Amino acid sequence: MIFSLAIYAAPYSSQASDTAYRFATAVIANRHQLYRVFFYHDGVHNSSALITPPQDEINLTLKWQQLSKDYNVDLVVCVAAALKRGVLSELEAKRYGKPSHNLHQNFEISGLGQLIDAAVVSNKLITFGN
Amino acid sequence: MTPINQTMVQKKILFISRHAPYGTSLAKDALEAVLAASAYDQNLSLLFMDDGVFQLLSTQDSKDLEQKNFAAMLSALTFYEIKNIFVHLESLLARQITINEIAIDGIQIVDSAAICNLLIQQEQLLSF
Amino acid sequence: MSILHTVNKSPFSHTILLSCLQLCGKDDAILLLEDGVLCAIKGSPFIQELSTAIEKGVKVYALAGDVKARGLQEKLHPNIYTTDYNGFVKLSIEHQCVQSWY
Repeated sequence: MIFSLAIYAAPYSSQASDTAYRFATAVIANRHQLYRVFFYHDGVHNSSALITPPQDEINLTLKWQQLSKDYNVDLVVCVAAALKRGVLSELEAKRYGKPSHNLHQNFEISGLGQLIDAAVVSNKLITFGN
Repeated sequence: MTPINQTMVQKKILFISRHAPYGTSLAKDALEAVLAASAYDQNLSLLFMDDGVFQLLSTQDSKDLEQKNFAAMLSALTFYEIKNIFVHLESLLARQITINEIAIDGIQIVDSAAICNLLIQQEQLLSF
Repeated sequence: MSILHTVNKSPFSHTILLSCLQLCGKDDAILLLEDGVLCAIKGSPFIQELSTAIEKGVKVYALAGDVKARGLQEKLHPNIYTTDYNGFVKLSIEHQCVQSWY
């Protein structure tokens, strides 16, 4: 079974992205394919390389990155939602003349079409919002 | 990333928009997702329910907020040829919104029972 | 054909449980998660609506980790089952689509 997830909530402020991560690991543990995780709305904050939680709290960005590396999961961040919330790739930072960029490795910035593609390609698309 | 295979059979996808405009950006984000989806040649439907029905009010005037008028943005739906647009009757009734206050043409007013039927016909639900 | 509904908000501050129940068919299931597990407390003002749905055939589950974290293990309505993330994955497969109420 092919799964994709849509995440619309920021980490730490609400539980939703943590729930999504736990669901993602269960999908993989049950030998299903996780095709894509699409970050939209406040969910784009999950992809910031500058997230610095205290030692005793989970670092969801690193967890997503590891999942992507280990199981070849697409981590796609909606470009429009990311730019207006200050999450930029190196390319976008250059394009808009910004002094720095903060998109974490293994995440990629793309358009909303990737959410629709995930809905079309996957058997199950599950939304995690707040 | 894999591009969509154009020969693939159309999927039935329903977008459910349940949040009021302006207070959060969920309504706008839902609309943008629907418009993006219209380029993918799928069998799309859109349902407004709960506070999402406030998006439809023709009397919106958002100039003071320096934001685009949501009712005007919704008119793009006709331009993008999104045909199956539904609004939940009970949500309208609870919020004292009448049919003649709805800004977009061709919307189908459906009750809970009809929406139950609509949901089970879908292959994906996009929840906003 | 049936739907899995997820509900992640407290019924004491949000109306999504009631919205969900309006559209819940008898073959559907509801998974209460995050603050949504607060819907499952026996004797609460919202349990009647949930019980009516359960009597109609709707299966209602609460995510065990969220129940335990909130100290509600002994407070759940007896007709609400607890499940874990493997159960969540299984439920999502058993139903045609998932509607997330948030």
